[in-house]
Amino acid sequence: MPAVVPSAATAHGSDEATVRRSRRSTPYLLLAPGLGWLAVFFVVPLFASLATSLQVPLVEGDPDQGYTQGFAVQNYVNAITEYWPQFLKSFLYAGIATLLALCIAYPLAYFIAFHAGKWRNIMLILVVAPFFCSFLIRTYAWKTILADQSPVTQFLNALHLLPDDRILNTPLAVITGIAYNFLPFMTLPLYAALERIDFRLIEAGGDLYGSAWTTFRKVTFPLSLPGVVAGTLLTFIPAVGDFINAQLLGSVKDKMIGNVIDSQFRIVRDYPMASALSFLLMAATLTIVFLYIRRAGTDDLV
Amino acid sequence: MARTQVVTGQVEDLHLVGLTKRFGTMTAVDALDLTIPAGSFFALLGPSGCGKTTTLRMVAGLEDPTEGAILIGEQDVTQLRPYQRPVNTVFQSYALFPHLDIFENVAFGLRRRGIKDVKKPVEDMLELVELGAMARRKPGQLSGGQQQRVAVARALINQPDVLLLDEPLGALDLKLRRQMQIELKRIQTEVGITFVHVTHDQEEAMTMADTVAVMNNGRIEQMGSPVDIYENPRTAFVANFLGQSNLLPGQVVGREDGVTVISAHNATFRIPTARVATDGDSVVVGVRPEKVTVRAKDRAGDLSGRNVLEGVVTDASFTGLSTQYLVRTAWGQELQVFSQNLSADDIVRLGDDVVVSWDPIHSFGLDGASDLHAGMDKELLALQSGDEPAQVG
Ligand SMILES: Nc1ncnc2c1ncn2[C@@H]1O[C@H](COP(=O)(O)OP(=O)(O)O)[C@@H](O)[C@H]1O
Ligand SMILES: [Mg+2]
Repeated sequence: MPAVVPSAATAHGSDEATVRRSRRSTPYLLLAPGLGWLAVFFVVPLFASLATSLQVPLVEGDPDQGYTQGFAVQNYVNAITEYWPQFLKSFLYAGIATLLALCIAYPLAYFIAFHAGKWRNIMLILVVAPFFCSFLIRTYAWKTILADQSPVTQFLNALHLLPDDRILNTPLAVITGIAYNFLPFMTLPLYAALERIDFRLIEAGGDLYGSAWTTFRKVTFPLSLPGVVAGTLLTFIPAVGDFINAQLLGSVKDKMIGNVIDSQFRIVRDYPMASALSFLLMAATLTIVFLYIRRAGTDDLV
Repeated sequence: MARTQVVTGQVEDLHLVGLTKRFGTMTAVDALDLTIPAGSFFALLGPSGCGKTTTLRMVAGLEDPTEGAILIGEQDVTQLRPYQRPVNTVFQSYALFPHLDIFENVAFGLRRRGIKDVKKPVEDMLELVELGAMARRKPGQLSGGQQQRVAVARALINQPDVLLLDEPLGALDLKLRRQMQIELKRIQTEVGITFVHVTHDQEEAMTMADTVAVMNNGRIEQMGSPVDIYENPRTAFVANFLGQSNLLPGQVVGREDGVTVISAHNATFRIPTARVATDGDSVVVGVRPEKVTVRAKDRAGDLSGRNVLEGVVTDASFTGLSTQYLVRTAWGQELQVFSQNLSADDIVRLGDDVVVSWDPIHSFGLDGASDLHAGMDKELLALQSGDEPAQVG
């Protein structure tokens, strides 16, 4: 028996190696469709747009004559000096809307995860129900809800809670619109994180002299941090670039960077400027996200 | 400061008074009356689903009793929130905080009570459970046995009046379990805190506890020292759940001089009346398999004063330490006999006609209305009924 084994092993040696190699490459094959998609629809446009952002007009001062490839870093300088207030406003509105969404979604997700009982699935369906209706239509609906003559506005006015006596066409409308539209993106990751928490850990917190609030601060919240990070990112990133809410719910003074890019591209047709703005937006968002993950992801993250 | 460093004053007894818990129509814990003496190692033993966890959770404050009260010493704690009770729990699956390291897990209770200087007590406690080197690891990086000790340390450091342990060794393999039994017993002796230890493992309860309460269907069947309840079970459930028993239903034919005489299957058995759990005339005679001697019928010797039965050996398995026999009586009941291998002469063989006998002081008498299979190992029961020739169906 022992005499046979080595020869058999050598005979099959190369076959086995082939099998093993192909087995090792299978996981990469699974990646192929995704990578292909990314290459065609992300990497290529990314570089095309980078190139565009450095173009110069064929005829100075007349964009209708078209552009030619250049190396106009000046486009970026112009983009910043001209539109930094809109950049700032974008991050501000998106940041406030993200916080607002977090404040609304956390108790909601907590309730669904721990107290909804048999209603849990129905509540989860209700959370995603707005997706059955288009983003645009939902935002138009908010236009009606927040209109000057709407019950909501009149009620708040009766209480003298609105500085401008109105909501529509103010930053408040833009922020609430964003918070509303991205609420499911906040709620679902929070729910997933909370639902995973072993309820006995919360009981253990109480058993070890933590009051309900202390146990929440020291046990439940830290354990739900992955959900908080995921939810805030999923809300904040698309919110920064959003232009629908500002367009439909805000005034001309409330334009966000998405609106600027949109109009530069479609109306002004200053393609290099639009591309440069896009790149700046991407870089700024990436930086903020990176810093945020670095901070949240150090010690407290499980 | 000293409040946490020393067990102040005397530790207090734990009293459960008429403690009841119903889930809908189902009664999980049924009017439990129990006093657990301060400083004792108390085991709550019973099969899965009998209400042990529910009882502990009520003591911890994690479950509201439907009726009844919980007192620690003189103080009624029934209405207190969990964090207001001088009680800590070692949870069934430890429930260590995964986001905190071992040091912070153990320090958790002290910090919640606003104690600033936690370093020394935590280090001492980790020393006690021999985990000093692991202080900065996360729970996920520890083995099951180590996590178990962290759970004990995390609870013990608070110097509670009562420490509740819910099947604390259930997740460990057999070898580690034996090791941890000794370890827990050592820790309890060292700190002198009342331990209420819940388990379904009778061997674990008996080796560790000063007092064992056997629980069944939400009630305490019997309570006492391990030796006491093993030697003198008062119900069929206890007789079968703790070790094994031979049970023979019979009728009382006389009571005299502290001895009850019972007739069953044309034989007469004597039991000290103190060991009979009923005043009725219908009594089940019980005896533990290791209390019984088995001899070949033709060399039985002097059996005067003993309880005697005749039968045929239908099974003999030699385990080295002892031989386990099954002896079938004339009416078809199989008796279990564990016989120490003292000399080769004693050995009886399959098919031999034998006499089994035992000293009356080893008999016990149960209520005649008992279910003789109560508390029996389900697998054992299946095995016994499997002796019958299988029906093709
Ligand atoms: N929250 C609950 N809701 C309904 N029934 C429960 C609940 N907790 C326990 N029970 C029931 O109560 C009985 C006792 O359970 P438990 O105390 O966990 O038993 P043990 O710990 O002895 O195995 C079981 O039949 C169980 O199904
Ligand atoms: Mg249990």
